[in-house]
Amino acid sequence: MRITEDKVRELAKLARLQFEGEELTKMQADLENILVMCEKLNGVDTEGKEPLIYMGNQQTTLREDRVIQEISKEEALKNAPKKDSDFFRVPKVIDGNE
Amino acid sequence: MIPESKYEAVIGLEIHVQLQTLSKAFSSDSIEYGALPNTQVSPISLGHPGTLPMHNTAAVHKAIMIGLALNSEITRFNRYARKNYFYADLPKGYQITQFDTPLCVGGNVDIKLSNGEEKSIRLTRIHMEEDTGKSMHDQDMYDTLVDYNRAGTALIEIVSEPDIRTGDEAYAFVSEIRRLVRYLDICDGNMEEGSLRCDANVSIRPIGSKTFGTKVEVKNMNSISNVKRAIDFEIRRQAEILDSAGLVIGETRGFNGLAGTTFSLRKKEGVTDYRYFPEPDLPPTVITDEMLVSVRASMPELPRVMFSRFTANYGLSDYDASVLIDDKHSAQYFEKIVSHTQQYKQAANWVTGPIRGYLNENALGIEEFVLTPTQIADILSLIEEGIINHTSATQQLFPKLLDTPNKMPRELVDELGLTTVKDSSFIEDLIRDVLGNFPDKVQEYKNGKVGLIGLFVGEVMKKSQGKADPKSTNELVRKILDEA
Repeated sequence: MRITEDKVRELAKLARLQFEGEELTKMQADLENILVMCEKLNGVDTEGKEPLIYMGNQQTTLREDRVIQEISKEEALKNAPKKDSDFFRVPKVIDGNE
Repeated sequence: MIPESKYEAVIGLEIHVQLQTLSKAFSSDSIEYGALPNTQVSPISLGHPGTLPMHNTAAVHKAIMIGLALNSEITRFNRYARKNYFYADLPKGYQITQFDTPLCVGGNVDIKLSNGEEKSIRLTRIHMEEDTGKSMHDQDMYDTLVDYNRAGTALIEIVSEPDIRTGDEAYAFVSEIRRLVRYLDICDGNMEEGSLRCDANVSIRPIGSKTFGTKVEVKNMNSISNVKRAIDFEIRRQAEILDSAGLVIGETRGFNGLAGTTFSLRKKEGVTDYRYFPEPDLPPTVITDEMLVSVRASMPELPRVMFSRFTANYGLSDYDASVLIDDKHSAQYFEKIVSHTQQYKQAANWVTGPIRGYLNENALGIEEFVLTPTQIADILSLIEEGIINHTSATQQLFPKLLDTPNKMPRELVDELGLTTVKDSSFIEDLIRDVLGNFPDKVQEYKNGKVGLIGLFVGEVMKKSQGKADPKSTNELVRKILDEA
């Protein structure tokens, strides 16, 4: 096993997901399979090849610095699960930005 | 300074600068400060699915400017990256930033310490990124309130090499960056409002050691003097730990400005995994030669260039020139005065003396000053022509002018009768009066206490209500005393 249970828990934590018991075992096997598949790619000779990051040679088109206010505060807050008349409301998180 | 001085501090700074654009980095919502919460947002800055970011030209140009000003190498092929973490003030779940292709590489910040010592601090990189929203934790008992007006504001992060050794050097470094962003007009440099923010990585090691000690990151320093205070405190704290054979813990600490101390915010458990990967929504930005040329051409004069010009063209002393250029608006005001007069040294003295004194007393910036450079130039010519003397110009004309700023100094001098009296018979009468009032002092003068002449001149000036010319009064007093 190259993907340990702890590794699954660590990845799950980073993705704000939770797996235990059977689910965890299944996820562990899936991740293992993904890793095996990716390892096949390691066999390909990429010597001297630039990594392919973008599909195509497109460059960014820069935008002109102009203010366009597209939506109102009410519209902005509309889909929030919890809100008041001015703010989005979220549960308090004690520990910093992790 | 470390009291025992057996340790040396190693400090690196990270400075976040909010770029003064009109709209955000990747969307068109406004970034104006102080708007009502959540009124300056868009589907892009709120991270709605299906939206596509587009980078703001002005943000790229302003970021290039600071790189050019700090002698960095500008990266031509710029990739964007996603820095992934979950926090409520980051609606997308990732921050658009740069990872392996920062816009600016290398460069240096030349600082001057209060003792006159100069040092060059190397830069690691400057990269482009976006700001987060603002969370308010103390407004409500159960919920955190989030305002996304700031989310997506264009930022640059300036990262220094760990070349800084003391709180004083850090102070000078941040001051220089702030002055520069103000000169370039890319940020107002307001640390209280958070448009310029500074984090410090501080570690200490025994002097002579080549390895680094455990690094502590200090945050929440909302003024330049707090950067210095926090670092000085942190150095002392770490030295005390090492002295008592303890271990410094790698952690993030906040700064308490009231107590002047740092406190633990969170431990660093391993390296946080941000899982950076190339931002698929933004193709790379290529900086062309033409873009570099046009950005360079649009750059205002930098402080160090202005300094050389002020000393060379106007013959100002290094001290006068550096005091003037310390603030861009003061320097510009000075230049406007000297476009009307050749009295360079006097113009500099007025800007750094009476004008700055008045502005400081009233907590104003020179851009809010009611008097025009033409009016100040007029005062200078009045003095030069001998129509008024310096004392009555600063003590009488200047305050009157501030009360009636729509008048020209020349009119006011006439109205108030401030013209210096050179008529010697008038002054002679005053001198005889004064000497008559102080017979014993006159005797002391005659017995050799010549310093008393200052007293007599001062009394005459008082009686003339500042109209007497100090120089000729001085001569006359001496002459009359010697005759008597």
